[in-house]
Amino acid sequence: MTDTLHDTSAVQQPGLAQRVLSGSGRVIRKLGDEPLGMAGFIILALLILVAIFAPVIAPYDPVRQVLSDALQPPSLAHLAGTDEFGRDIFSRLVYGTRITIQTVLSVSVIVGPIGLIIGVVAGFFGGRTDAFLMRATDIVLSFPSLILALAFAAALGAGLGTAIIAISLTAWPPIARLARAEALVVRNADYVAAARLYGASPLRILFFYIAPMCIPSVIVRLTLNMAGIILTAASLGFLGLGAQPPLPEWGAMISSGRKFMLDYWWVAVMPGIAILLTSLAFNIAGDTLRDLLDPRHARS
Amino acid sequence: MIKVENLDVVYGVNETRNHVVRSVSFEVGHGETLGIVGESGCGKSTLLRSLAGLEGGWTGSVHFNGKPVGKARNREELKLAQMVFQDPYGSLHPRHRIGTALAEPIRAMGTGDGWSQVSKALQQVGLPAHFASRFPHELSGGQRQRVAIARALILSPPILLLDEPTSALDVSIQAEVLNLLADQREERNLTYVLVSHDLSVIAHMCDRVLVMQNGIFVDELTKADLRAGTTHADYSRELFEASFL
Repeated sequence: MTDTLHDTSAVQQPGLAQRVLSGSGRVIRKLGDEPLGMAGFIILALLILVAIFAPVIAPYDPVRQVLSDALQPPSLAHLAGTDEFGRDIFSRLVYGTRITIQTVLSVSVIVGPIGLIIGVVAGFFGGRTDAFLMRATDIVLSFPSLILALAFAAALGAGLGTAIIAISLTAWPPIARLARAEALVVRNADYVAAARLYGASPLRILFFYIAPMCIPSVIVRLTLNMAGIILTAASLGFLGLGAQPPLPEWGAMISSGRKFMLDYWWVAVMPGIAILLTSLAFNIAGDTLRDLLDPRHARS
Repeated sequence: MIKVENLDVVYGVNETRNHVVRSVSFEVGHGETLGIVGESGCGKSTLLRSLAGLEGGWTGSVHFNGKPVGKARNREELKLAQMVFQDPYGSLHPRHRIGTALAEPIRAMGTGDGWSQVSKALQQVGLPAHFASRFPHELSGGQRQRVAIARALILSPPILLLDEPTSALDVSIQAEVLNLLADQREERNLTYVLVSHDLSVIAHMCDRVLVMQNGIFVDELTKADLRAGTTHADYSRELFEASFL
């Protein structure tokens, strides 16, 4: 007892790597108890691997046209068939993951910090700051997101970049509201009172005390949002306002396959399956992440 | 050490106006422990939070160590008085390790990185140094309250404000925490203001007790009074009879 009590040499601030490792280790162990969530995470991991190794996996060049092979049904040579220009749909789907992952990650990286900061600042400072920020949030929230994204994409010119900006512009308000609600609870906690007593500056309290408590629910919300982002991006692609041909964007692929849907179903159905699987995986992963990170939503 | 004159705390206006603390005055000497006892909602916690500088809505004057302190405190004034909260589950940040929690006051004050003092601070409250790498949820309630006390003491304040420091704890743990507080008082010559509704805690710790009802002090008891069970007001007699039955 006295030995451990007087051993003063052992205490030092643990490094960042060690903290991250022990934190994520705990989450991964808990993940083992959730087979469905595990499946969601595995699909997402596969998706990212496919995006990274697209040139290795795809058997054909996604944009090379072979008109003699147009509209071939799924076969061993063309796993998902070919489209009207004879491009291999499977290769296009594989390259399409890159566009999808890129869109989802870009939107999340833009939306997460913006929503978090706006929400936490509004919730912590309260008063006029809160009123101003939340009315601005309400204004953006009141727009139907796809329509606003459409308007932005139309105004800024169609393309993947504008699609990302357009989706980001409409995706941050729910995050901000969520972060604000969390901040409102946390700012009255005793540990924040204690921090004020030992002279922590408002910025320090904001970023070191309140924001860490809001981040888990923001991450969960972002993951759940990713499914919506994929669908919105696909919708924009479908309407011709997202990624432009010949980029293999899944929504645009459905759009072009629509013309031959009755005779050559695979042209539209294959990208549809890809969208379905991906958004489902994001949804399941988000749900599981909520169970893991947020004890209030414990499984019954 | 502490001098309070005509302290009023009012919440709300017009119909919702609630006069929580009504013009109270008292003094606490250096090294003395003052107990404030009363039922729930009598204003004792509000009074303590006003002293600490956590409540902004008070009027009157508060002097620490002969110097007046206002509602907004600068770092020197904050260093004079620290507070221990009632709920050890709510007073430590759930995502800060114990070491971080103990180093934070020093870092927030801008007087160093604080980690060098963590093991000593843990040792002083009877916890092993390796607890520094644990999270609050890995500690029991009593251990957490020890950490909270260590955190309050790490800035070496001459005054410690205790808001029911043991009422969230088991009876057996209560005694340990109270003894720890008593030891620290001896060692550092601290001045305590202890708020509680538990008369046995008050009797164990305090040199002098003020009995509070509806925002005013109705009785003042010395240690001898507490031992003999002497009271000077009806309300304090009721309180004593209710708690020593």
